[in-house]
Amino acid sequence: MSFRANHLLGIEPLERDEITTIIDLADSYAASNRRGNTRRDALVGMTQINMFFENSTRTQSSFELAGKRLGADVMNMSMQTSSVKKGETLIDTALTLNAMRPDLLVVRHPHSGAVDLLAQKVNCAVLNAGDGKHEHPTQALLDALTIRRAKGRITGLTIAICGDVTHSRVARSNILLLGKMGNRVRLVGPPTLIPAAFAQFGVEVYDDMRAGLQGADVVMMLRLQKERMDGGFIPSEREYYHRYGLDAAKLSVAAPDAIVMHPGPMNRGVEIDGLIADDIHRSAIQTQVEMGVAVRMAAMDLLARNLRARRGNAAVNGELI
Amino acid sequence: MQDIIITNARLIDPELGESTGSLFIRNGLISDAFDADENTQVIDAGGLCLAPGIIDIGVKVGEPGERHKESFTSAGRAAAAGGVTTIVTRPDTDPVIDTPEILEFVARRASAVAQVRVLPMATLTKGREGREMTEIGFLQDAGAVAFTDADHVITNTRVYSRALTYAKSLGALVIAHVQDPGLSVGAAATSSAFASLRGIPAVSPMAERMGLDRDIALLEMTGARLHIDQITTARALPALRRAKENGLDITAGISVHHLTLNDLDVADYRTFFKMTPPLRAEEDRLAAIAAVAEGLIDIICSMHTPQDEESKRLPFEVAASGAVGLETLLPASLRLFHAGHLSLVQLFRALALNPAKRLGLDSGRLRIGAPADLVMFDPDAPFVLDRFSLESKSKNTPFDGARLQGRVIGTWVGGTRIFGGNPDA
Repeated sequence: MSFRANHLLGIEPLERDEITTIIDLADSYAASNRRGNTRRDALVGMTQINMFFENSTRTQSSFELAGKRLGADVMNMSMQTSSVKKGETLIDTALTLNAMRPDLLVVRHPHSGAVDLLAQKVNCAVLNAGDGKHEHPTQALLDALTIRRAKGRITGLTIAICGDVTHSRVARSNILLLGKMGNRVRLVGPPTLIPAAFAQFGVEVYDDMRAGLQGADVVMMLRLQKERMDGGFIPSEREYYHRYGLDAAKLSVAAPDAIVMHPGPMNRGVEIDGLIADDIHRSAIQTQVEMGVAVRMAAMDLLARNLRARRGNAAVNGELI
Repeated sequence: MQDIIITNARLIDPELGESTGSLFIRNGLISDAFDADENTQVIDAGGLCLAPGIIDIGVKVGEPGERHKESFTSAGRAAAAGGVTTIVTRPDTDPVIDTPEILEFVARRASAVAQVRVLPMATLTKGREGREMTEIGFLQDAGAVAFTDADHVITNTRVYSRALTYAKSLGALVIAHVQDPGLSVGAAATSSAFASLRGIPAVSPMAERMGLDRDIALLEMTGARLHIDQITTARALPALRRAKENGLDITAGISVHHLTLNDLDVADYRTFFKMTPPLRAEEDRLAAIAAVAEGLIDIICSMHTPQDEESKRLPFEVAASGAVGLETLLPASLRLFHAGHLSLVQLFRALALNPAKRLGLDSGRLRIGAPADLVMFDPDAPFVLDRFSLESKSKNTPFDGARLQGRVIGTWVGGTRIFGGNPDA
């Protein structure tokens, strides 16, 4: 096993072999989940706390299910109604939680870097379930697994990431992961939603949807994050759909066997045509949800192994972690 | 008051250049040579540098409102330890300093407890809201040396132009923060691949140039005296040069942080590196250094902004901006000397002479008759900065753990030693 990290905070610090390790293990979990063999004991005796400072039913459920399938005791903390609202700082919350000695902390936060900050203050393993506009590593990993299952490989592909890149942590994690694995990554969208600086990440940037999709093996759509639009990034949703919404005509220039992905939740008729989203021959969206549970099981399993090893070493040295 | 002769000193005179010799102090002023008698204190500098005390424009003290972050007592101690003999304080306190009554309170507190000279500034508009100008005349009578809304940009140009016109009639100096407020809203970093990677909301460096262009136009219109608190980008420099060449009464400053650090120092969301304006790209930093060397940017300051742990221990986006700098201003500035960018004379022009000239002070030089506000320092002494060794109440310095070269050995204000050695001597 080659997975050395203590936390899963982003794709940026991971090496290629670590990414492969997670995906390989997740693949086997996905297979056993499909066989109906969903009870495993990798996290038995461990406590997993899900702290979501931002609403996300699907990601939270996915992490909860993954933890339960591995035998963890799972607790969900609804941060919208907690002491954080009464003025408690993130650090104070972290220290309080740390005193309860959890093993795995799954955190989503609206501010970039907040999960890193929290990870510095606790002794357990921290999983980033999305921080601001920074990273969403398990989403990129589940996307990679979905692509590998569909295409048989996760290298040498042409992948178009389309839409609201500016506000998307999913895009950042995917750009990093897919780049590390040796794929050709294109960003497609209006220039107001793709900062010029992204061109420095080894990607190709297109503001013409058809040019960007030409010959692509994977078309990854992003949700238009209306809640983060405070400054007129696009003239209207209908114009956006006309120029950048994925429909059959635009998809026709991609590779004939191209798959369509979307991290959800979808705005049908804004970034994607409902018919494409529901097309079982093209759309991998439901597979992404399925792979999400498997990837989170794998990530938590690997982090738990490292945590046990660290605790074992610390006990030998008479330290407390 | 005891006469002092400091012998064997490397004299850094920002007006006349560098020389070796003695400096004579009589009645708290730099004086002509005289013979020592039994009452004269003779100090052998042992070849160390002796320069005019630093005049630091734009220092934030937490009084009133945030004494837990910095008081006049702690700021005074920090200044003394840093070789800063005059601090020009910002009015963005709580409440803001926008009436003569509050200004008098501040001046009274400062003179009672601070060891260094404290020159308070007042706001240009009431409540820093950019709607109504303050009582500039009364505030000037009460001791305000300049008028500024600190980092609040006045967006209503009619209000701003009237305030500038009124200030001109009183000869008052206005200090402006130039950032286009629309572009900068919510930004915590400078636009770059790095900010994009970290997902930090960012602003184009062009926001500074746009803000500067607007203020220059208003200056042409009103003929006021304007100092720009910080020019930090290469793109803004040609506009500043044109304004000066056109004879406008404009000067500009920069914080030592923007001269010695760049946007990549933020690394993994280190909030001690969050500043207003945000740290810039390396090319901007180098352009700013060149501008200081040729005198286009006139003043180097610390932009001392104490923030307690609670304000900084937050996600980068929402953490408070600013860093303490009174004690690190000189050693950090000496990085520019050691790197060969600036001579010591050029450095002290920007740290002492130019701020004195802009504020109409006699200090900031080693001229006979000037106040004996002095700093003695060893430019080569190396040390590793420990933030908990700082005198400031707040410890938010980006130089924590940094290797610095240059230590203050002694500080004098009006001929009285306030740091180093025996303070009673």
